[in-house]
Amino acid sequence: MARIGVFICHCGENIGRTVDCAAVSAAAAKMPGVVVGVDYKYMCSDPGQQMIRKAIIEQKLTGVVVGACSPRMHERTFRAAAAEAGLNPYLLEMANLREHCSWVHSNQAEATQKAIDLVRVMVAKVRRDRALRPIRVPVEPTALVVGGGIAGIQAALDIAAGGKKVVLVESGPSIGGHMARLSETFPTLDCSQCILTPRMVEAASHPNITLMTYSEVASVEGFVGNFTVTIRRKARYVDPAKCTGCGDCFNKCPIKKIPNKFDAGLGQRRAIYVPFPQAVPNKPVIDAAHCTMLQKGKCGLCAKVCPRGAIDYQDQDRLEKVKVGAVVLATGFQLWDHAAYGEYGGGRLRDVIDGFAFERLASASGPTGGLIKRPSDGKEPQTVVFLQCCGSRDDKVGKKYCSKICCMYTAKHAMLYRHKVHEGRAVVFYMDVRAAGKGYEEFVRRAIEADGAEYVRGRVSRITRRRDGKLVVRGADTLAGRPVTIEADLVVLADAVVPRPGSEKLAQLFGVGYDQDGFYSEAHPKLRPVETAAAGVFLAGACQAPKDIPETVSQASAAAAKVLGLFAKPELEREPVIARVNRTTCAHCRACISACPYGAAKDFDIVDRAGKILRAVADVNEGLCQGCGTCASVCRSHSVDLDGFTDEQIHAELNAL
Amino acid sequence: MKTLGYFPGCSLEGGGIELDLSVRAIAKAAGVELREIEDWNCCGASAAHSLNHSLAVALPYRVLSLAESQGLSEVLAPCAACFSRLKGTQVRLTRSPELSQRMQEVVQRPYQGGVRIININEFMASLLEAGLAQKLTRRLGLKVVAYYGCLLSRGQDIVTGDDAEDPKGMEAAIRAAGCEALPWNSANECCGGGFSMSKTGAVLDLSQAVLDEARAAGADAVVTGCPMCHSNLDMRQLELVKRRRVPGALPILYLSELLGLAAGLEPVALGLDRHFIESRGLVRGGV
Repeated sequence: MARIGVFICHCGENIGRTVDCAAVSAAAAKMPGVVVGVDYKYMCSDPGQQMIRKAIIEQKLTGVVVGACSPRMHERTFRAAAAEAGLNPYLLEMANLREHCSWVHSNQAEATQKAIDLVRVMVAKVRRDRALRPIRVPVEPTALVVGGGIAGIQAALDIAAGGKKVVLVESGPSIGGHMARLSETFPTLDCSQCILTPRMVEAASHPNITLMTYSEVASVEGFVGNFTVTIRRKARYVDPAKCTGCGDCFNKCPIKKIPNKFDAGLGQRRAIYVPFPQAVPNKPVIDAAHCTMLQKGKCGLCAKVCPRGAIDYQDQDRLEKVKVGAVVLATGFQLWDHAAYGEYGGGRLRDVIDGFAFERLASASGPTGGLIKRPSDGKEPQTVVFLQCCGSRDDKVGKKYCSKICCMYTAKHAMLYRHKVHEGRAVVFYMDVRAAGKGYEEFVRRAIEADGAEYVRGRVSRITRRRDGKLVVRGADTLAGRPVTIEADLVVLADAVVPRPGSEKLAQLFGVGYDQDGFYSEAHPKLRPVETAAAGVFLAGACQAPKDIPETVSQASAAAAKVLGLFAKPELEREPVIARVNRTTCAHCRACISACPYGAAKDFDIVDRAGKILRAVADVNEGLCQGCGTCASVCRSHSVDLDGFTDEQIHAELNAL
Repeated sequence: MKTLGYFPGCSLEGGGIELDLSVRAIAKAAGVELREIEDWNCCGASAAHSLNHSLAVALPYRVLSLAESQGLSEVLAPCAACFSRLKGTQVRLTRSPELSQRMQEVVQRPYQGGVRIININEFMASLLEAGLAQKLTRRLGLKVVAYYGCLLSRGQDIVTGDDAEDPKGMEAAIRAAGCEALPWNSANECCGGGFSMSKTGAVLDLSQAVLDEARAAGADAVVTGCPMCHSNLDMRQLELVKRRRVPGALPILYLSELLGLAAGLEPVALGLDRHFIESRGLVRGGV
């Protein structure tokens, strides 16, 4: 005999203003099977929860309906309260009287009637609820971190410090990411290398961290707690176990003039190379596309000079499987290609460079040894124009969003330039200066007041190169209300921040969502900023949205905390709302197996004691099933049902209307 | 023989008559019939849209309507301003059924929206694709700069298929004529446009800047498709030469003239004798 309690929440005025809650609870009390019908101002508060707990015990309730907000908001809260009073939490259901009723209606009489209907529907459902037990799955306490920039390094170090194992995968030959390319960092002008390289060394030497550089994720199987990830170890052609990093090979390599991406193309490297001298691991790889030995079978000099015999031209890509329980995606960003702006030279003007190129010019370890020299003729520029929002906040040619970091790094660039070229002129064109952050506004003021950067509010309409090599920059000074023309020697464009190429494919491998610009989607923009919709996959750094270093490091540590929280118990509990197959009626037509979007439905052989196969049926993997119900809807023999949302319950809900 | 609607506009009957002559000549050489729209009227350029929005749409609307009723599904408007007015009106009508309805009442003519307007650059590109390229037997060997001005580069919905900030629509035709299209800085800078009469001083300054850039790039001639640009760069150049503001005369050619020369047509048949700046010497051996 059902004994249902109905609890109606006013949600302050949110529901109470539009719905006559007392009338709803009075109507509910008369519904069949209902023994308690009450209403209260804030049901989620402690007195409200106490009211529910007390009724469960005193009235011996077999089911509870809470008429309040969306179950997404407080279902967990109320189910926990029910469990404390000894009721199976899955015997509590919520009727959404706020989002589905009071917030969308204005007529009180109609809204009250609809609220009563919604409660009646849930009473019909709760009468057919079964007690469910959470599903337990074992957890492999090893994390995979994808991306070896500062985000990945920080996340890996924090997880490792928590005593758990980490596999850190980086696609390039060295970890360090973009931060290793920066000269100094805002707002303190710390040398980027000085604060980063010790962490790179720490990550490489930490006993809990396995470093896989020059490697990429090839495929992903499994689910939270139990992922099997296949890593493609790209052919290095150098055996890292034998190599000592002496450098004989890349000092002798005759293929010299390959633009080094690490130096934004301003410097050159050999065909066998380490991207920069402080690389971790400090062991070279051969760039197969440029190596004459690998392309034409001619040369072989590096193998001849290597004292350790570490060069192996026969090396091939290898696939390696790792078992991990959680994943942190930290794939970072790149700069948008300003070639799309014809008015800025369409990428053809050599002295119009991007922010990374300026970083390399200003860096002590850069191709000019930290001297500001322009690419075309190596002369020191006497006037440098910095142009912010190049491709950002421009939905016609570039991106709609603000890239967030450019205001600050442009102020830093102007400052560094003035520190290095005292008589030089630094002109910054800006739309707005967005310097929100600790010490940020002060930093920009310092660039303007102490270091004499000239800030011009307005856009640049055209950059042309004059015969004498000067770049003629024409724009608007919108504060003075007049056009300006500046003859510059170097122009630095603050190109928009965009995700790395291939980031969408990686997201698809892990089942992670991404937005129209390719940035990874967090589970909730405010309350779950490091989780994704895929359980056990977390985000860190600029792969989610443009971020500076402090924010990236914070998010990486947050992701690490989430991973450690997941690993804190040997087993995971998850919601038991999953599909079940009735093996006696299943005809093994395999419709559910082909329909399942998560690969959870699979074949299952029923065997006798001797192991002889009696019959094949469909089965559902509890770990993989997300409870979407697709299988139940395609099953022709009604052999699949969804726990907590059975066909019987849905039909009863419809009949109650 | 392919037939194309033809909208000469006022310019091609007056100051820009060379454009009319050369377009008709090259079309004939390519085997395309140009059928002038009967009873066409002014497109409204430069005056109407600054006075009365309704009139600025009604004038091109009538032209479009006439073309449609005369069975012309594709119309060439060689003048850049006419092209901009006609295509711009077409785009606006497509977007707004209310505007179409209103225009139908104002002009008292129906228009279903079935006319495609093409400019001189698109026309030349289509002729080359249809076989004109093989007929361009005289290799001119000139170094030229392609000058688009505003109306053959701007209006994102109007000049489709080219980059407003880095236009390239003439370059294939220039190369087909055996010429080199030099990179330069003023391809879509302003010539002074319609201020030729009212603010001649400003036009002289702007045209001089364009000519200076063309000369700095090493051009033998400037190639354009717009009669307004042509008159500012050609006619006003006389003044600049006289005042010694430019070191010498720089010929200004229509794209259709350049292709006509390459096709072996007589310079006079193309209207080269009508330019203020002598340009007949560009063809090797003179005329």
